[in-house]
Amino acid sequence: MADETEIKSSTPRYADASLVQARFAGNIEEITEALGEVTVVAKREGLVELMTFLRDEPSLRFNYLSDIGGLDLGEFATPRFAVAYQLYSIEHNHRLRVKVFVEEDDAVLPTMWGVWKTSNWLEREIFDMFGVSFDGHPDLRRILMPADYEGHPLRKDFPIKGY
Amino acid sequence: MQAKEIVVPTSAISMLRKPDPLSDTQMTVSMGPQHPSTHGVLRLELVLDGETVIRAIPDIGYLHTGIEKTMEKEKWQQVVTVTCRMDYLNSSGNDLGYVLAVEKLMGVEVPKRVQDIRVLLTELNRITSHLVWFGTHAMDIGAMTAFFYAFTQREKGLDLFECVSGARLHQSYFVVGGVRWDLPPNFLDLMTEFLDGFPAFLDECKRLVTGNKIFQRRTKGVGVITKEAAIDWALSGPTVRGSGVNWDIRKSEPYSGYDTYDFNVPVYSDGDVWSRYLVRMDEMEESWKICKQAVERLREPGPFMSDHPKLKLPERDLMKQHIDVMIHHFLLASEGFTVPVGEVYQSIESARGEIGFYVVSDGGERPYRVRVRAPSYVNLSALPAMVEGSLIADVVAVIGSIDIVLGDVDR
Repeated sequence: MADETEIKSSTPRYADASLVQARFAGNIEEITEALGEVTVVAKREGLVELMTFLRDEPSLRFNYLSDIGGLDLGEFATPRFAVAYQLYSIEHNHRLRVKVFVEEDDAVLPTMWGVWKTSNWLEREIFDMFGVSFDGHPDLRRILMPADYEGHPLRKDFPIKGY
Repeated sequence: MQAKEIVVPTSAISMLRKPDPLSDTQMTVSMGPQHPSTHGVLRLELVLDGETVIRAIPDIGYLHTGIEKTMEKEKWQQVVTVTCRMDYLNSSGNDLGYVLAVEKLMGVEVPKRVQDIRVLLTELNRITSHLVWFGTHAMDIGAMTAFFYAFTQREKGLDLFECVSGARLHQSYFVVGGVRWDLPPNFLDLMTEFLDGFPAFLDECKRLVTGNKIFQRRTKGVGVITKEAAIDWALSGPTVRGSGVNWDIRKSEPYSGYDTYDFNVPVYSDGDVWSRYLVRMDEMEESWKICKQAVERLREPGPFMSDHPKLKLPERDLMKQHIDVMIHHFLLASEGFTVPVGEVYQSIESARGEIGFYVVSDGGERPYRVRVRAPSYVNLSALPAMVEGSLIADVVAVIGSIDIVLGDVDR
């Protein structure tokens, strides 16, 4: 068995986002905390820089991208879509959620492929299910639905029985 | 850590080096979706140069059933019936992740006994899930016998699930606020019987496969992924612990009382198929230890459901005396309950890795959105990084070693 330093036991712990607030004040809309979970609502501009900072800053070290989840707020909402990045740091054992809102007629986000490799398939799934595309993605194709499929199933205006 | 040199039997080398007029031509082979080693319906597009894989492109989605969409139309309590249908080999783990997320949104504390029942069944499910992996992984590599041993033992585990919930695979036994009903009176004795026989069985499995020279040569140094790459690709579960990352959510972010149990997290650092094999074999033993402790704690009777008025159905005799209790019962059973507005991300350690539930509530009686972070999906996305440059026969070994369930990949 490999000798590794023991990870300190604790319940899900969210990181202190004040450092990000100070550094990226222009790129952040708000920082909220609810149920012990911290959400950084970021703007699309400068998102890659923000994520790279979160990954590389020694006191944060979010080296593990747990998940990217899409959210459709409904066809009448502006902005319509939200994309939530669940970050985790294996080193510090803390989490953070970064959320970005995008408009329906301009549903494009920068890819995180250069920051975390795992974003490849996670972004493809959001492209497939919500129609949010990712600028600079190396291989942006549908992943779960067939290549010639029309429509985005997880949008709220997509009927549950299909067309 | 450097990738190890691939050990190829000498007979295979001589076969490869034979002058072949097609040797400088690349060939594309479609492996699957009906290939027996793909554990479901996975198709791999392999670009080959001889027997060496130049590129591997997984093609998934054959089992996509729109589970995340289905969850949006089910009531909070009904969603449990679809969560277990994603990763059908580890359905307790899926249910647990979802109910913990909803309980966090509602601020519900479950009784101690519920936590222990959940831990017991989740660990039992980890054992049965790993047994399927053990049998099929060995069979993919050519060790046919192990399959029958593993499945015989797994049957006994599934009988226990049938005893407690009435279903062998899709238990849906965990509900928001507790478990569906109390354990049957003879369950702990049956469980003890299963657990008593397990170490001897596991020992037999190890003697059957672990010491096998052919198995070792097919797995050592195959499908290597370094520690850094494993974290970059967000691998989780036994797959990341086979690369030397000591990270287990049961230890780092304990849920359901896991911090009160005594168990170890096996970690091996070679990052190859062999390491991942050893991690899972050791994990079965650790799960067995946890089950033993949980059985002892469950000897004491106790409540199996939280007292939260939105979750617990009223007592039957009270219901027959008071009209308001009757109305409450009727509304709870027919309309269900509502959950406060909010969003949570709850992740737990399933048999395959981190399964995360990002649950968003708009205050209604149905989830607004449930996003599932499926461990198999993320682990499979790193398959090209593990197999490119190795032999086509190793692809089969690597797929077995990341232990994907296509129901979990496609959802």
